[in-house]
This record gives sequence, structure tokens and C-alpha cells, in this order.
Amino acid sequence: MAARSVAVIGAGQGGLETAAALRAKGFDGRITLVGEEPVPPYQRPPLSKGFLTGAVGHVDLTLRTESFFESQDIDLVTGDRVCRIDLFRSRVELASGGRLDYDRLVLATGSRPRVLPVPGANLDGVLTLRTLADAEELRALLDGPPRQVAVVGAGFVGLELASTARALGHEVTVVEAQPRVLARALTPQLSHWLADRHRQQGVRLLMSSEVAALSGSASGRVEGVLLRDGTRLPADLVVIGIGVLPRSELAADAGLLVGDGVLVDPWLRSSDRSVYAIGDCARFPGGGPGRHIRLESVQNASDQARCVATAICGGGAPYTAVPWFWSEQCALRLQMAGLTADHDETVTVGHPDEGRFSVLCYREGALVGVESVGRPADHGIARRLLTTGAWPSADEARTPGFTLKSFAVERPSEGLPTHA
Amino acid sequence: MAKITYQHPDGTLTVVDVQAPDTVMRGAKLNNIDGIEAQCGGSAQCGTCHVYIDEASTVPLPPMDEVEDDVLYGTACPRRENSRLSCQLPVTDDLDGLLVHLPEAQS
Repeated sequence: MAARSVAVIGAGQGGLETAAALRAKGFDGRITLVGEEPVPPYQRPPLSKGFLTGAVGHVDLTLRTESFFESQDIDLVTGDRVCRIDLFRSRVELASGGRLDYDRLVLATGSRPRVLPVPGANLDGVLTLRTLADAEELRALLDGPPRQVAVVGAGFVGLELASTARALGHEVTVVEAQPRVLARALTPQLSHWLADRHRQQGVRLLMSSEVAALSGSASGRVEGVLLRDGTRLPADLVVIGIGVLPRSELAADAGLLVGDGVLVDPWLRSSDRSVYAIGDCARFPGGGPGRHIRLESVQNASDQARCVATAICGGGAPYTAVPWFWSEQCALRLQMAGLTADHDETVTVGHPDEGRFSVLCYREGALVGVESVGRPADHGIARRLLTTGAWPSADEARTPGFTLKSFAVERPSEGLPTHA
Repeated sequence: MAKITYQHPDGTLTVVDVQAPDTVMRGAKLNNIDGIEAQCGGSAQCGTCHVYIDEASTVPLPPMDEVEDDVLYGTACPRRENSRLSCQLPVTDDLDGLLVHLPEAQS
């Protein structure tokens, strides 16, 4: 049966792209996009970077104008929450009391920051950074005389924020339980190189350090961070960036299969074939044979949105996009293609001392990912090579003078420059 | 304001009015033109807003910087002499009448 109505839960990057792609691909049924936040869909990546400095304003964050939703005939419901999914009746119930019947349901519910399970985590001045409202609060606190900022967690959000706060003149200390920054996401090479850049910028990094408690004043305002080794850090602003959890409670309550995210098949369908899940909240087959992964990125949300929109329009293919990520820290452009966690060999090309290099990551002789700093061409080429499989061997990459640019130009294939 | 024409791979044309300070990329996104993804939101990170400027075009465009040149190495469809990232083309009155061709794929 062709779908006549689609409900999308979650109006972030993935939800919006699903609705927009459905229309762009010619779907002419009803589309309802429900978002919990009181504002229309916006970009999250700048919230830990340019939005805090003022370089990026509210208008720049907006993904679409209000007239877009009218012209595309997309019912955008903001400031409301789905409180129940009734799979039997193909219906969702809204906190406001409304109901939506659907032929296809797309869960794009995203993720929420992990809570730091220590005493004092509820004190005033202890924040997480996920939403525009969080970022507005943080921006107001950073727009003033120098503060003592403690960032708990050296992940992307924590480090981007640390770098931004430092550039704004604040004293910044990052506390991380792992022995190195971005331990889950980056190779040790890039991780150590990046940590040095943060230190050079004046960010204090405390690795292998765990928070025992946050201490506050009598009025309930945070004053410091107590580490497990007894160290006390004075802090009048603490930002917790220790990762996120998928928002899969609605799915679990409805009876869908869930396990660190909504479990989906290669077509991104949940255990109910009328219900899809995409983006941060979805755990899909990937990362190697027999494995499932969950990715938190704009690329993953957008590509999965288009994959699902195509499927609902009657086409569809398994989701196979090469993952990629980007970050901006210490005025550096970091770009990652593929998944590097399981690599057993690396080759560094370029000039780390100049801040322009790439780390090629291999596993059992196959290229699995490339991390680039200040080398946008390498990143783009790496994404293509990971897609086509026509990558250089580690030995080729180790040849003196090797660059991905010259490799790509000498062996042009689909998608590589043909003009040079 | 400028009239920008986006030609799809099948030859169909979409003509829209785009206003400063929007870019040729955002003009496509705001009008839901399939064929421009712009996943990174216009920060010249991803190369998914690739367009080919019409070869007969006499519309003056800003010069390409090093980052844009680099990002164009990684586009999904082959780069040509007339390739640009549409997020790097801010709209001014001068761009009125610009015709861009959309590639077959962006990612």
C-alpha cells in the first residue's frame, strides 16, 4: 500500500530532512513533523562554536524559513511532544492531547546528554549543551568577565566548547576519565596532536581524572569540582559533555525492539515495518559484518533521512553511506571519513607541524578511515575512495612524496577531478 | 535579489528568487530543490552543494578560495572547469540570471 500520511517524530536535522526529502521526491500525502523544542528546526553544530562567540546568529542557525513549511505543505508542530505510539492503531498521541494517524512513522528523536552521576550535578551553573536554549544560557554566561570554566568530558562538544571559551578569554580546565582526548573517536596520533594544540592555546587538560562531586555555595551555585584523587578545581561554570544517550523510550514503550537505540534493519525499518528510525536514536547494521552501530552526526541523520524518504516513496536500497564527521577546535578544521576505531595500522601524510596532515587508518590491509587536519581535499578524496574501494595500500601511502591529491589525479575514477 | 535558475539532470528548470545574504545553496534549500544537499550547512566542509555554472554564463562570480578548491576534489560527481560550491556563492543583484546545472549526485 502506498503511504498517504507520514508522521515524523523529532524536528532536528534528521526529521526535517525526512520531511523535506519526501516532498522533493514527489510524495504528495500528508506530512507532519513534531518537535519538542519551541523553535523551528535549526543546526546544532554551531552551538558549541560560532554561536557562542556571536559569529553565528539565530538567523544563521535556521535550517529553513517559516514560509518553507507552508510552501511545502509540511505540518510543523513545535513545542509539543509525542507521549505514546500506538502501533496497533498506527497512531501517535501528543502531550497537548492531539492525535496523528500515520501510514508510516519516522522516529528521529535524537539523543540527550548523559547525566554526571555525582553529588552537586544539579547546582546552578552546571550545564549541558544540546539545545538552542542550552546554548543561549551558556552564551550569556560566557559573554562577560573571565570565568573559571570546568568542562567535564573531552569529546567533540567538550573540546569545541573548551576551545571557544578559551578564545573568549576564560580560564578553562577539561577533566576527562580516559587517558587521552576523543579516545573513542580519534587515533592516538591525532588525539595527542590535538591535545597539544589545546594546551598551547592555554586550555588545561586533566586526563585519567574522574569527578567525585561538584561543590556549591549556600545559595546553590557551583563553586568547584572535586576529583577522585582529591584535587579541588575552583569553577564558577561547569559544562558536562560526557556523551549522549539515544532517545528510544517511546519506541521501547510501544514495544519496538530497542538496545542502545531503536534497532533497525539495513533499510532502517524497526521491528514494525511501518516504523523507521534514523539519526542519533537508531542502531543500524554497520561497522563490519554482523555488527550494529549508532552514529551521532549530521551526515548520518541527513543521509538516513534521504534513505527513508526514498523508501517511503516506493524506491529504496539498504543504507550504506560512508560516515563522516567534522569539528572545529583551536581554529583548526578537523574532518574524519570512515570508522577508524578498529584500525591496526596508520600512515600519516602531510605536515603535522604546519597543521596540515592526514592519518590514513588501515585494518588488515584495508583502508577503513582517514582523519584530516587542514586538508579538505584529502577528506573529500578519502570519502570517495572509501566508497569506491580504490584506495592506496599502506605501502603506497608510505612512499615519500605521496599525497591523496596526486593519487586521485593519477587514478581518476568516478567523482575524482578530471581537469588536472 | 536575483533570479537563479537550477537545471536538473533531466533538463527541467526551477527558477527562484534568492535574496541577499542568502547563497545559491540556501536558495535551493529554501525552495526544496532536490539535488543540493549541503549537509554541513554552508561551511565548505562537505562538498554536497556542488553545481556546474552554465558554460555560456557571463554572470560575474566571486573568485574561488583555496578551501573551496580543495573541497571540490571530493565531490560525488566529476569536477569540471565550471564546478563551484553553491554555498560559496553569496547572492547579489549581479547574480541575476545565473544558471547552474545540478549534478546527478551529491553524496
